[in-house]
Amino acid sequence: MSTKVVDRTPLTFYERSYLPAILSGLKVTARHFLRSAKGHNTATDLSQGYYPEVPWTVAEGYRGAPYLVRDQEGHTKCVSCQLCEFICPPKAIKITPPGPEGIPSDRANAEKMPREFEINMLRCIFCGMCQEVCPEEAIFLQKDYSLTGTSREEMIYNKEKLLSLGGTHAGIQKWKHKLESAQHQEVFPVKTH
Amino acid sequence: MDFIRYLDPTVQFMLFSAVKIVLVFAVAMTGVAYAVLVERKVSAWIQDRVGPNRAAPFFVHYLPVVGPFLTKLGIFQPMADGLKFILKEDFTPSYVRKIYFWIAPAISCVPALMTLAVIPFGSTLGNANNPMVIADLNVGILYTFGIVSLGVYGIVLAGYASNSKYPFLGGIRSSAQMISYEIAMGMSVVSVFLVVGDLNLSKVVAYQSGGIHEWLIFKQPLAFFIFLVSAFAETNRLPFDLPESETELVGGYHTEYSSMKFALFFLGEYAAMIGASAMMVTLFLGGWTPIWGGAPASSLLVGLSHIVWFLAKLGFFMVLFIWVRWMLPRFRYDQLMNLGWRRFIPLALVNIIITAGLIALTHK
Repeated sequence: MSTKVVDRTPLTFYERSYLPAILSGLKVTARHFLRSAKGHNTATDLSQGYYPEVPWTVAEGYRGAPYLVRDQEGHTKCVSCQLCEFICPPKAIKITPPGPEGIPSDRANAEKMPREFEINMLRCIFCGMCQEVCPEEAIFLQKDYSLTGTSREEMIYNKEKLLSLGGTHAGIQKWKHKLESAQHQEVFPVKTH
Repeated sequence: MDFIRYLDPTVQFMLFSAVKIVLVFAVAMTGVAYAVLVERKVSAWIQDRVGPNRAAPFFVHYLPVVGPFLTKLGIFQPMADGLKFILKEDFTPSYVRKIYFWIAPAISCVPALMTLAVIPFGSTLGNANNPMVIADLNVGILYTFGIVSLGVYGIVLAGYASNSKYPFLGGIRSSAQMISYEIAMGMSVVSVFLVVGDLNLSKVVAYQSGGIHEWLIFKQPLAFFIFLVSAFAETNRLPFDLPESETELVGGYHTEYSSMKFALFFLGEYAAMIGASAMMVTLFLGGWTPIWGGAPASSLLVGLSHIVWFLAKLGFFMVLFIWVRWMLPRFRYDQLMNLGWRRFIPLALVNIIITAGLIALTHK
């Protein structure tokens, strides 16, 4: 027996008449009303200005719009693996892979890069799954939260736009290190008997 | 203005009535617009928000201190709201029953405005033959109840004509709710008229003149309480807004409505609030009588002050309506019915019997 029955104290007639609840409710709402009306409420304090004129400071770790990033040498980090496209819950990401005869990656050792990378910002829910799943650290949720456009087409951001908005990422350069280690292996003195 | 004196009395009466109708209508419409503003601002302040503080026509720019202050209070917001309603697309879904869909907003709006006709909103203005009431009916209260009960048709028709599940549920709820609470409301005023001895609302006000101690709220507190709660139910205001109940029925009976047709429902709701407040003021708070004295006005200025008194009392009830909305959660449907049929109707009956007994004992 893990259930414990707790006896409720029956409500008095006064309590059942709803009156005490109504009176205390009126008191609480009146207090909030008067505080706001007097301007003592920090939430309704107008002295610092308001959002569209005075934008708020975006906190560190805020999950805004996802953009593609370049590495320190200006190469596209994305290798068109399409993991983000598959995981994207609202199906906002659409990647066109280069195909067998497509353009190779713009950096050494990486096999490929996307021919086109589109994020439909009208669908995107800023969940961060793409960033979570990316093995290349190529896509990051950044600090933009207020994206506007005059048409649906305008809200579909292509690769060029995403890269230019994303900027440079100072993280690891996986393929550069791979290349270095491969080159290192070639010059490594291997004993031959 | 001398020519008015030489006119036929009938023509004079018609002229004065027309002026009064236009004025009452204008004041009621402005009242509705600003009640909406008060609703938004009060709700914002109660919920620690800012509320409308931006709408400002171009000339406000030239007012140094007053302009920004009024803008902050949202004084110009109703104009923007009205303009928005007029300019919005009036969308009629293809599956609705068109005729009923079109007349439902009008039916819900007109009765609310018509109740204002019998309300004495002032004593006299100018001379004693010019009472400040549009229609001084001897059966004023019967007229009001008859007209108010028509209001339910608008909502039921809207629910039926929309041909969609949420409006339908809203319509059903409203028919049950409004009919139930009309009984409690009607019974609560019976005791008032037992005390007064007349159905004419001007006579009811005259009975209460002489100061605050004569007001019927102190002689019939139970009747006032039942009437107040029933008025909340009749006007579909929280805690009795089951016909609308945004959280479960989208928008209830007006889910499928847009633009000016929706605005008519909106207008009807607030006009009904004004009507109900006016009824409460007239029946229980002494109508236009000040808290002291209360003889019919002897001069123009006193006559105007009586109108101000009436409007102030009306404003008190409007604020109460709005205040309660942002405080109480909605009743469950069975609680609503329970409260109406098993609490208020018996209470009102007991009140009638006790009042009648007391009158029988004390009356010679």
